[in-house]
Amino acid sequence: MTEHTVKAFDEDIGELRGLIAEMGGLAEQAIARAIEALSKHDLEAARQVVEDDRKIDALEGEVERLAIRLIALRAPMADDLREVVAALKIAAVVERIGDYAKNIAKRVPAIEGHGDIEPLSLLPAMARMAGEMVHDVLDAFAARDAAAAIRVNESDRQVDDFYDAIFRVLVTFMMENPKSIGQVAHLLFVAKNLERIGDHATNVAEMVHYAATGERMAERERGGSAAVTL
Amino acid sequence: MTDASPSPIKMAARDVSVFYGAKRALNDVSIDIDMDHVTAFIGPSGCGKSTFLRTLNRMNDTIPSARVDGTITLDGEDIYAPAMDVVQLRARVGMVFQKPNPFPKSIYENVAYGPRIHGLAASKAQLDATVEDALGKAGLWGEVKDRLSDSGTALSGGQQQRLCIARAIAVDPEVILMDEPCSALDPIATAKIEELIHELKGRYAIVIVTHNMQQAARVSQRTAFFHLGTLVEYGPTPDIFTNPREDRTKDYITGRYG
Repeated sequence: MTEHTVKAFDEDIGELRGLIAEMGGLAEQAIARAIEALSKHDLEAARQVVEDDRKIDALEGEVERLAIRLIALRAPMADDLREVVAALKIAAVVERIGDYAKNIAKRVPAIEGHGDIEPLSLLPAMARMAGEMVHDVLDAFAARDAAAAIRVNESDRQVDDFYDAIFRVLVTFMMENPKSIGQVAHLLFVAKNLERIGDHATNVAEMVHYAATGERMAERERGGSAAVTL
Repeated sequence: MTDASPSPIKMAARDVSVFYGAKRALNDVSIDIDMDHVTAFIGPSGCGKSTFLRTLNRMNDTIPSARVDGTITLDGEDIYAPAMDVVQLRARVGMVFQKPNPFPKSIYENVAYGPRIHGLAASKAQLDATVEDALGKAGLWGEVKDRLSDSGTALSGGQQQRLCIARAIAVDPEVILMDEPCSALDPIATAKIEELIHELKGRYAIVIVTHNMQQAARVSQRTAFFHLGTLVEYGPTPDIFTNPREDRTKDYITGRYG
């Protein structure tokens, strides 16, 4: 991409992209750590995830401040304008993704003695996939890569499939072990949170596509809409 | 966003080229100017936008070495046809310039001059009414009605520019061409001109040349981007500023030109 005649403009855009990348990195890390804390029942690690979410919240504020300053001082146009607006919206979505990770971490103390709950082995794989979607979609944003954004949307189907599988297994498990319902219900919410993270990543993918091309993503590329997850 | 119904075409240019001696300043420009919209011409210095604007009321005729090829029509009528009365044409297609240029006469005379030489007023009372009407449409009546005999040049820059717009309006034009009408004005006076352009929209076809892209974005519904004497892109203003089709347009409006 050609540089702006006013170099400070490029610096501001670069700073904005840096903040989004940092937010994304923290959110991705929060998902992985929350699931690891859950698997190992590590209360301290879970507490840390909850505390670190403040950093993501603070970064969202930074993005908003910088984006507004950029619009006011640089009057961005065309793809620059689309990128700044996308950054503003993406920051809000990533903040929400951070909240889902935090919510998973908050459930760790409530789930104890679950060593024999089989679906727990599926959750880390699902979390990895959701985390990758977040990672890949923010890479697509940084590269203004619409094709990469479409690929992220395609992988949401797999996250949804994971959710459906885990849902069925957990419901069966609860029917067979009524005493565990309280704890396993939390796991159901954990799976739901991961599924929501995948959906949010697809929303970001649509924003990236619009920022990169100026065109809305086609319905078929948004994908997943046919199979409604509960 | 933009209304779907096509606007009636007021002026149409087809394959218009302008030469200054051997130098070609404009290459085969074809464009339709709508009656109901404000059309903005943007582009870097020397891109041909002012040259093209001036072909629309034959202002280039005054430059001896200038030659215009192609056709330009006003309501379907060729404005370069031998039968065309240029004085009459310039009454129908008025022009407002970069620097306010009121005549060194009274405010009243500045506005009354055109209608009088074009024989548009049968009586003093009618001329008075025309002057009041034009000053009113230009948003200046309230500020000058008690001092119509003061010199036009004694007004502030913004008022002078609105006086020039009133002068153009007084001869009941169909098209108003504005060549960077705000570049010599402060932001408040600029805002008043922009508001005026908005008020006049629909009553006259308005074409504005501006170096200020924000201004083009604010006042126009159609934007044409010129570069090196060529019309690169022409479309609805929101599209040009959010999603231009041509890379040259994008580079210019995002500040990457050069």
